Amino acid sequence: MCVGIPGKVVLIEGRMATVEVGGATRRIALDLLDGVALGDYIIAHAGFAIHKVDEDEALKTLEIIRELTDSIGEYEGGVC
Amino acid sequence: MRHVDEYRDGGLAEKLLTQIRSMSTRHLKFMEVCGSHTVAIFKSGIRDLLPDTISLVSGPGCPVCVTSAGDIDKAVWLSRQPGVALATFGDMIRVPGSGISLQQAKADGADVRIVYSPFDALTLAISNPSLKVVFFAAGFETTSPAVAATLGRAVEAGLPNFFLFSVHKTIPGAMRALLDTPELKIDGFICPGHVSTILGTEPYGFIPAEYGRAAVVTGFEPLDILQATLMLVRQMEEGRPAVEIQYRRAVSAEGNPKAREVLYTYFEPCDSEWRGIAVIPGSGLKVREQYAAFDAEKAFDIIVGEPREVKGCSCGEVLRGIKTPPECRLFGKACTPESPVGACMVSYEGSCSAYYKYGRR
Ligand code: SF4
Repeated sequence: MCVGIPGKVVLIEGRMATVEVGGATRRIALDLLDGVALGDYIIAHAGFAIHKVDEDEALKTLEIIRELTDSIGEYEGGVC
Repeated sequence: MRHVDEYRDGGLAEKLLTQIRSMSTRHLKFMEVCGSHTVAIFKSGIRDLLPDTISLVSGPGCPVCVTSAGDIDKAVWLSRQPGVALATFGDMIRVPGSGISLQQAKADGADVRIVYSPFDALTLAISNPSLKVVFFAAGFETTSPAVAATLGRAVEAGLPNFFLFSVHKTIPGAMRALLDTPELKIDGFICPGHVSTILGTEPYGFIPAEYGRAAVVTGFEPLDILQATLMLVRQMEEGRPAVEIQYRRAVSAEGNPKAREVLYTYFEPCDSEWRGIAVIPGSGLKVREQYAAFDAEKAFDIIVGEPREVKGCSCGEVLRGIKTPPECRLFGKACTPESPVGACMVSYEGSCSAYYKYGRR
């Protein structure tokens, strides 16, 4: 499902970033989002970062999701 | 019901429901157009918690369900060409065409591959120069910018063996078509969350401005949906329809302009056929003329017969919210998630599949 879990950017190499979500890491392309920096929280879809979330908002979202679902590892999903 | 129970413990859901009940004086019908909302609504049992005055109906939902039989036929044809590998998202391979699905084509020897990101299809083309890789791309505005960026990288690299078959669809045009459906009488929309991450709120402006109906961009947790329902009820009860954002943690009013720029660099609007609905003018995206060499519909002379919709399937009415899945006579009998007859039963986010799995409670 499109849960929109924010991941934290831990590495940037050219147009690719490594983000950390619930302990797992993922490679995400940055072609669709300008100004992504180390430590930013981003939402990704189909392998591309699409939205930057401010840290407060991101931590709040992660907390809500942790409380409510088991899906943090599932992260990506539907095509919509 | 686990989520709702948890919310109930916190009392927040109960508070929202109480507010909805006390605000609601007349019958209102809201439609969710995104399949992820359909699944979340069924899973949480929200429909049954709302007062009788409020009904939620499911709309076209997922890009897989609205891909026309004719487009599946073309994908099947492409997958059977010598030297072609057809890559697509998992759910797409089970969607019935007029004849067979991609899954059946694969069983007959066609090279059909499931990918999770358009990037995987690009990587496949780069590492297999002798293979013509066709990416069969379905999706709404959440996904299409990712496909456009992938095409951008193929263009940059001058890849001769990467092609797109784009059946992308855009959401706002479909909402207009649904508002124009006289049988439906929708009072407001639960607008899709991540589609709006890209689009922002501007493309929904016509809903209050031209139709006087409500619109709320909504997140995917049960509490999000309840809060959005309250906002929709308030807009209509107070007679001030507008476009509001409930899902602030992932959507801003301006959306993602960079993603839209990339999207329209490589794609342009075209008329598009939605399964069971109609051809909706300007509601599809095709590869721009300039990049025709990467457009599978231009690079190959696709030959398919007149498409036929599946017999006995009521997907068309289900996708427009006119029938509920159990009103289809094949539902749960000839048509189940294990052996789907229609597209709405194929996808995890399809209305029939959600209804079958989570039922009415
Ligand atoms: S139950 Fe099956 S056949 Fe009936 S409308 Fe749904 S998908 Fe189509």
